[in-house]
Amino acid sequence: MNRKTLAITGGAILLLVLPLLAALLDEPYLVTLFSRILIYALAAVSLDLMLGFGGMVSLGHAAFFGVGAYAVCILSVHGFEGTPVLTWPFTVGGHESALLLWPLAVLLAALAAAVIGALSLRTSGMHFIMITLAFAQMLYYFFVSLETYGGDDGMSLFARNTMPGVDLADDRQFYYLCLAVLATFLFLAHRLVNSRFGMVVRGCKENERRMKTLGFPTFRYRLVCFVIAGAGAGLAGALITNQTEYVSPGLLHWTRSGEILVMVLLGGMGTLFGPVLGAAALLLMEEMLSIYTEHWMIYLGPFLILVVLFAKRGIYGWIAGGTGNHG
Amino acid sequence: MADTLLATRSLSKRFGAVQATKDLTLEVAHGELHALIGPNGAGKTTVLNQLSGELTPDRGRIYFDGRSITNLRVHKRAQMGLARSYQITSVFDHLTVRENLSLAIQAHNGHSFRFWRRAGDDPLIRGAIDPAMARVGLEQRSRVPAANLSHGERRQLEVGMALCGRPKMLLLDEPYAGMGPGGTVELTKLIRRLKSEVTILLVEHDMGAVFSLADRITVLVYGQAIASGSPEAIRCDRAVRQAYLGEGDNHHGNAAC
Repeated sequence: MNRKTLAITGGAILLLVLPLLAALLDEPYLVTLFSRILIYALAAVSLDLMLGFGGMVSLGHAAFFGVGAYAVCILSVHGFEGTPVLTWPFTVGGHESALLLWPLAVLLAALAAAVIGALSLRTSGMHFIMITLAFAQMLYYFFVSLETYGGDDGMSLFARNTMPGVDLADDRQFYYLCLAVLATFLFLAHRLVNSRFGMVVRGCKENERRMKTLGFPTFRYRLVCFVIAGAGAGLAGALITNQTEYVSPGLLHWTRSGEILVMVLLGGMGTLFGPVLGAAALLLMEEMLSIYTEHWMIYLGPFLILVVLFAKRGIYGWIAGGTGNHG
Repeated sequence: MADTLLATRSLSKRFGAVQATKDLTLEVAHGELHALIGPNGAGKTTVLNQLSGELTPDRGRIYFDGRSITNLRVHKRAQMGLARSYQITSVFDHLTVRENLSLAIQAHNGHSFRFWRRAGDDPLIRGAIDPAMARVGLEQRSRVPAANLSHGERRQLEVGMALCGRPKMLLLDEPYAGMGPGGTVELTKLIRRLKSEVTILLVEHDMGAVFSLADRITVLVYGQAIASGSPEAIRCDRAVRQAYLGEGDNHHGNAAC
């Protein structure tokens, strides 16, 4: 067994027994914290698909996270109240079923990503970063001004969504659901980055011009990659709404995009497990350091600089060693 | 004209005050190896970039395989069978030799919106990869990342990638640049072998290679074609010898005329 498989197996076992550990330590809060880590890990892995594999540096990824979160929250609240979401041009009622709402959240996030991607991918480099940031901020202010749904203050979910066979209100069951979703997403992403599509996207990262002269219509491949990444973030958004039972425009703020980006960098860009580690590292540091100071970012900054300077593939590269890439 | 594969008509491109291409009319016949030579800054690469579609000409038209491709985008031209290689070797450094070739093959056998199967297991790729490896002579290096290849091997890989789509025509941009003597011999062999399969437009500084390989030569000076003809005719052309005086390349011509 090499270091890579050892690290992954170890991590998987730890995550599987975590609720047990939490019960033994009498720290039920750990389950909540790790649910949050798994959800952010999902968002970070989705960002890494476009950033680490596709070479698209976006500072607007939280937009899709927020769209997914708001979609689920708004529809659930209407479902709970029994009021329609729309009355014109046709009536759309709310709903509380996860099996209906979550795919819808993914779809809406993908749709937003398709529109934003189609426009931003006409640029590259710094312009691309700025335009994704601008779009995300537009959506942020859209939700800030959406008074019906709490505006600046955000809105609460009355109850978590329903799912046949799973009681989402139970923190432990919810945790395992998040774990299953993340594991599935990682598996799909692993297939993706090694598929024909994945090879094209990775080729575009390295040399888009060459890809064109080889005969690839690169724009559409990069756009699809952008949309897949947005959809993944939308799913993470659907989960975060249920986890915190609350949404606010802060979910879409550009600093949130920055946090997800930091998770990817910290954990290891261009790897699949790296972003998971990055999410865990960042949120655990936040959790522990914020006990001592509210300015915990002061300690995060130097740590991040050290990691970026000395560990090219982030924490994952450190642990797994070698040049292990390709997910 | 019936025999022409690639032609340009009054192609012109200007960068600010510099007229990089001026009223260029070029004709490359099916099956020939046509060399484009000229002193530094003559605009040879600019011509190639317009032919491949990476630059848009200000004026003029380009015809390939019987149709105008002037407004066609880069990837469409590649799909029509117009392949190119670069002066600065442009392979995918982080991918292995095999993966590089596999990508090049992928570009020409259907779309790549396939998300599930490993690219390496795709029968369409598997069937074509071994001949492609053999053609560039890098079978022993298949699992090596392109970044770790020698300069000459990278060149071979680059040309090999351009060939994966079975192009009708190959645009070679200074394949000999920075090559050691050993690599030069290998490359000349490779190009000589290719001559029988594909039409080639060769941009090159190495006059020895040009005069031994080319069927026809066009000489470019300040973006303008000053002569076009067989190697013998070019060797003795007065205007060409004037253009190359002081360039240090004229000794190739002196002895013969």
